[in-house]
Amino acid sequence: MGALLNQRFLTLAVLAVVIAVLPFVFPSSYYFRVASLVWVSALAAIGLNILMGQAGQVSLGHAAFFGIGAYAVAIGPTHLGIPPWAALLIGAALSAVLAYLVGRPILRLKGHYLAIATLGLGVLVALVISTESGWTGGPDGMPVERLTLFGWRVSGSYTWYWVTGALLLVGTWIALNLDETPTGRAFRALHDSEVAAQVVGVDVARFKLQAFVIAAVYASIAGSALAFMNGFINPDQAGFLHSVELVTIVVLGGLGSVVGSIVGAVVLVTLPQALTMFHEYEHLLLGLIIVVSMIFMRNGIVPSLSGLFLRRARS
Amino acid sequence: MAEFLQFLISGLTVGAVYALVALGFTLIYNASGVVNFAQGEFVMLGGMVTVFASAAGVPLVLAAFIAVVVAVVIGLLLHRLAIEPARGASAVTLIIITIGASILFRGIAAIIFDKQFHKLPGFTGETPIDILGAAVQPQSFWVLGGAAVVVVALYVFLEHTLLGKAVLATAANRLAARLVGINTTTIMALAFGGSAAIGAIAGILVTPITLTSYDVGTLLALKGFAAAMLGGMGNPVGAVVGGLLLGLLEAFGAGYLSSTYKDAFAFLVILIVLFVAPQGLFGRRVVERV
Repeated sequence: MGALLNQRFLTLAVLAVVIAVLPFVFPSSYYFRVASLVWVSALAAIGLNILMGQAGQVSLGHAAFFGIGAYAVAIGPTHLGIPPWAALLIGAALSAVLAYLVGRPILRLKGHYLAIATLGLGVLVALVISTESGWTGGPDGMPVERLTLFGWRVSGSYTWYWVTGALLLVGTWIALNLDETPTGRAFRALHDSEVAAQVVGVDVARFKLQAFVIAAVYASIAGSALAFMNGFINPDQAGFLHSVELVTIVVLGGLGSVVGSIVGAVVLVTLPQALTMFHEYEHLLLGLIIVVSMIFMRNGIVPSLSGLFLRRARS
Repeated sequence: MAEFLQFLISGLTVGAVYALVALGFTLIYNASGVVNFAQGEFVMLGGMVTVFASAAGVPLVLAAFIAVVVAVVIGLLLHRLAIEPARGASAVTLIIITIGASILFRGIAAIIFDKQFHKLPGFTGETPIDILGAAVQPQSFWVLGGAAVVVVALYVFLEHTLLGKAVLATAANRLAARLVGINTTTIMALAFGGSAAIGAIAGILVTPITLTSYDVGTLLALKGFAAAMLGGMGNPVGAVVGGLLLGLLEAFGAGYLSSTYKDAFAFLVILIVLFVAPQGLFGRRVVERV
């Protein structure tokens, strides 16, 4: 138990040091922006990983919750006069309620049926967002008011680097701790075998629903953070491709590995940025990266690498 | 009445295309257990290659043939280069691979072709035919007839040829099929090639009505998947019925309820069906063995 606690503490400490040290090596504000994008994606992916990696349920529509969080902070202040910070909380609450209501019937489904149901949910939310243009600006998107906290106007890529970094730390801390709670253990039990979990008294339906709601709240908060940071939001953030991107980050980094989700986000967010000079070939390269990395890293980067180290250490 | 008939025919026309996409899904799923999200890209390739080949002066029939061949080659490459090397990976990983492949194909299409919308002329003119007051494009009959021919041909192939029976055997039990001497790798390649051909034919038939561009594949793949699920994954009859049903729902939904939410009906219905019948309309109940 002491060793586990240490390992958890170590992971957090390393992450905190990385976040604190990176600014010393960043040559321009562009790097702060890209890093913030990585932190935001990592936060959403960590949440999704609780659902996929820990509880073993797939979601191909998770960008819906990301979109709800993003549009909550866009619509709340602009149309309803709600303070931006409150809009973030309302977005998270809306995502949680939607996940709870839809999750109840959806999570009874298994395998490909669960995949299509979550996909359908994602497409529906994205459709509503791009159609209700009176509220959302339609396919063109809409501007987002800057976040103000106690009179402090949060803006600039430097500031947002720290805010998103702090959010990621908190998200990581919660996910790491969750793994060691009775809830986290119940998630793992469902992942390994639903029937066995049920036999030993795990309320399967309740825990699946919990994982879904937690994952939705993570995505929603990440979405709000991105909307504030960019000052602008469009329906792509809620779309199918973004859902795929999130799932890819989780699987690429390693199912069930919190560190993996961060590593996956680093790879999938920075690679396209590094390749922007080939703008024409953007989709081609993204597709190629996804296919190749999934074939050769099918267990995920972090589990593959740590497996390699363990084998080395033993021999 | 005329209005109802109009919606009915346009629904069946679109539904026939969904049915063909769903059939492609089913064929690959049965042979390999892979849900191929690049299925919509075959439809795109069918339309785009035909458009560009016929623009280059190739006669329409030959252009269509070239398009089917191109799609089949791409389908075989997809199997050989992306699916075969990832054998044994989890279902989610395989889904992500095919989605990645679909993004890749779209990227290549955007570069080789362009990002514009393209149209083919109707095979037998564009003058609408009047049927009890409903104006029907002649191309609708080509789509419906073509889809029917494909479905019948596939049925005859599966039920009355040795190779087709090998496909069915592989779908029923891969290990047992291998034990009786069926080369399941060849069967899987066949399934990918066949699905690609079916997708391409759908693309060629429907392009005169709906136009085509490099990115039409995504929504078609999603709806084809929904149709296959609606009918019950792995059931070819279910795929065809699911596709037609989805097309009708969309046409009547758009006609009588709201045309802005046309694309939403498919997914709303699939959610409701799954709530009520978690295995789709024609799917078998799967019991988990412990």
